[in-house]
Amino acid sequence: MKGTVLTMKKLMLGNEAVARGLYEAGVTFASSYPGTPSTEITEYFSNHEDVHAEWAPNEKVACEAAFGASLAGARSFSAMKHVGLNVAADLLYSVSYTGVNGGMVVAVADDQGMHSSQNEQDSRNHAKGAKIPMLEPSDSGECRDYAKLAYEISEKFDTPVFLRTSTRVAHSQSLVEEEERVLPPKKPYEKNVAKYVMMPAMARPRHKIVEERTKKLAAWAASSGLNKIIPGSEKIGVIAAGIAFQYAKEALGDRATYLKLGMVYPLSAEEIRAFAAKVEKLYVIEELDPFIEDFCHAAGVECEGKSLFSLCGEYTPAMIRKAILGEDSPAPAPAAIPVRPPVLCPGCPHRGIFYVLHKMKLTVSGDIGCYTLGATAPLSSVDSTIDMGESVSGLHGFLTADPSMEDKAVAVIGDSTFVHSGITGLINAVYNQSNVTVLILDNSITGMTGHQQNPCTGLTLQNKPTHALDLEALCHAVGVRRVSTVDPYDLEKTEAILTEELQAKEPSVIIVKRPCALLKWVKRLPPVSVDPDKCRKCRKCMSVGCPAVLFSKETGASIDRTLCVGCGLCEKLCPFGAIEGGNA
Amino acid sequence: MMKKDILIVGVGGQGSLLASRILGALFLSQGLDCKLSEVHGMSQRGGSVVTYVRAGENVSSPMVSDGEADLVISFEALEALRYAHTLKKGGTLVYSTQEIMPMPVITGAAAYPDDIASRLAAFDLKVLAFDAESAAEKAGNGRAANVALLGAASPIIGGTPEEWEAVIRATVPPKFVDVNLRAFALGLEEAKKG
Ligand SMILES: Cc1ncc(C[n+]2csc(CCOP(=O)(O)OP(=O)(O)O)c2C)c(N)n1
Repeated sequence: MKGTVLTMKKLMLGNEAVARGLYEAGVTFASSYPGTPSTEITEYFSNHEDVHAEWAPNEKVACEAAFGASLAGARSFSAMKHVGLNVAADLLYSVSYTGVNGGMVVAVADDQGMHSSQNEQDSRNHAKGAKIPMLEPSDSGECRDYAKLAYEISEKFDTPVFLRTSTRVAHSQSLVEEEERVLPPKKPYEKNVAKYVMMPAMARPRHKIVEERTKKLAAWAASSGLNKIIPGSEKIGVIAAGIAFQYAKEALGDRATYLKLGMVYPLSAEEIRAFAAKVEKLYVIEELDPFIEDFCHAAGVECEGKSLFSLCGEYTPAMIRKAILGEDSPAPAPAAIPVRPPVLCPGCPHRGIFYVLHKMKLTVSGDIGCYTLGATAPLSSVDSTIDMGESVSGLHGFLTADPSMEDKAVAVIGDSTFVHSGITGLINAVYNQSNVTVLILDNSITGMTGHQQNPCTGLTLQNKPTHALDLEALCHAVGVRRVSTVDPYDLEKTEAILTEELQAKEPSVIIVKRPCALLKWVKRLPPVSVDPDKCRKCRKCMSVGCPAVLFSKETGASIDRTLCVGCGLCEKLCPFGAIEGGNA
Repeated sequence: MMKKDILIVGVGGQGSLLASRILGALFLSQGLDCKLSEVHGMSQRGGSVVTYVRAGENVSSPMVSDGEADLVISFEALEALRYAHTLKKGGTLVYSTQEIMPMPVITGAAAYPDDIASRLAAFDLKVLAFDAESAAEKAGNGRAANVALLGAASPIIGGTPEEWEAVIRATVPPKFVDVNLRAFALGLEEAKKG
């Protein structure tokens, strides 16, 4: 189905282009959980009037909802970051067996170089594991094209389809041509127990169908024009996909012939063997795992890949030029200067709580969100951070193994993260009777990923009012009797409550409540100021790591008035009353 | 073949996205292929950020390799030094002399270098430094520092005054157009002063 071409080409973010492709393909249902670098797909998609787009509490719920919509006959979608796919994997490994009714596509964004992630796993391994075909665009134009094509593949081959991006594709802009939206006729729902009820007797024949489908898909990709040969010198042959293809093209230009893969799973041994036969020396250029390379070796195709290139981080054209052509980069060495890591914003409500945790020298089971920055100096108060929700379940294991830590250890978890997967850990702690102390840092938003609404905020993705989850009632309902709420700007009270709850011989939850200082509806107070006559240069105000508080040995503390939001935290800490004017 | 490889660098939250989008619109209006690479997420929280802008007949990688940039525009002095090595020999560095302290400096673990200008001189570059924030304040709004920097870099970037005005009008919210046009002109004056 081809729509009419609409306008001249536009510069678009990869994520915006995916959203455009979804819209043109007639997708009517999208359910996602935010995660850098995938978040903007669902946000752009939600700007259309004639679609349903939503934030789900986590990726598993989002994908399950998308599957339900597909079953009902709609074209459906879900987006997530690479680690989100681990959460959704349970569903996807079985939807691979059932197949779909309306087309279903799952976008997964990898983060080579870990710009904003806790690991750099390669999501292609999940495509192979789940036996779900995976397309990988290399620029915004292909983001749109492949998103649309993915629905045709999904319906033609009766399978969910992965669309894999990476930070540099998702967050780069390049030219995109728009077409009109074409709504496919909605498919009717028909009950089909043999296809959709995955109990052993039904799943066994479905597995055989999956294996047949995978063979057909590999043959189709090789003949459909989705995988392309880009001619150049045949002395060097390169197999690449996604952003790595762009780097290779930049580095080698027409000094190489390329097999550019549009589909990275499944691969066709015939196609690769035929390409290998054409070129003198074959290289596979792929960031992260040797996914294509291993396939080549298994197919008996000689090639070089990870013998020359790293398994870690991002590649650059210069790296490729060096490895393959032996040409050195002309770049001088970078200057050795202080690093500039990300920091908690001025006025961030998380700052107060980490100041108190640091002061009390507690062991902190951390989680993922802006508050992970509580691990960095000078707050330095997080002991572990693994995945979303682990703070609570991990603390339960920790305290059960070492009950002597009960009055010295806490878990901290954000509101969005708590709903994502902290609640199940809390249920476990209550059920299996450990005396956890859990701090839910409720800043009324999903901050880390750039301000998405969540079930606690009372607003939908479209900022429409909806039910706001009552965290206090929820914790009571799972059996936590001791639930208190505190304002993290109130340091004394925060410390007092923490001291009390750590002593309690039962699980307790402290809801640490104060909205993110960057929210539009949060009032900025006038900046504080330092009275230089009163400042004794004790540096106490520096212990909270606020970017707005500056210090010089000569003149003592001063405030960057353009950054300060008047939260008054530094004012409370000053033993000499030298700082005034804030929210103290 | 005409090619432009540009980095816009600064501290998360300083408005580099607007500057890169103005450049994208400019190159597009000149009929060039163009790619921009932006930073979202964790690195935005006051960290060091870089946006790449590439234009030419046919652009593959959205990023510029070290030692190959034609122009680096920096919103901050330390960041100018951090990215100086990304420029090719004889490339141009335009930076604002504004200083923003990174956390290791705030905590006392490191010192903010006081010899940025002389260390930049060790690279083989053309350098233009001025206080873009003051220029923007003079134009009517400190937040237009990004466009003042574009004005200062515009002789290197190319484009006629009419083309620049048109893309600024098309990219900036209507009520900020005049401030930004003034900031652009003040930046351009700095470039003429040399
Ligand atoms: C499984 C998984 N999904 C998504 C993410 C991306 N992510 C990191 S933190 C976060 C949510 C943070 O929100 P919240 O818990 O409310 O804390 P805040 O950042 O607002 O302090 C998300 C969505 C992730 N790391 N892992």
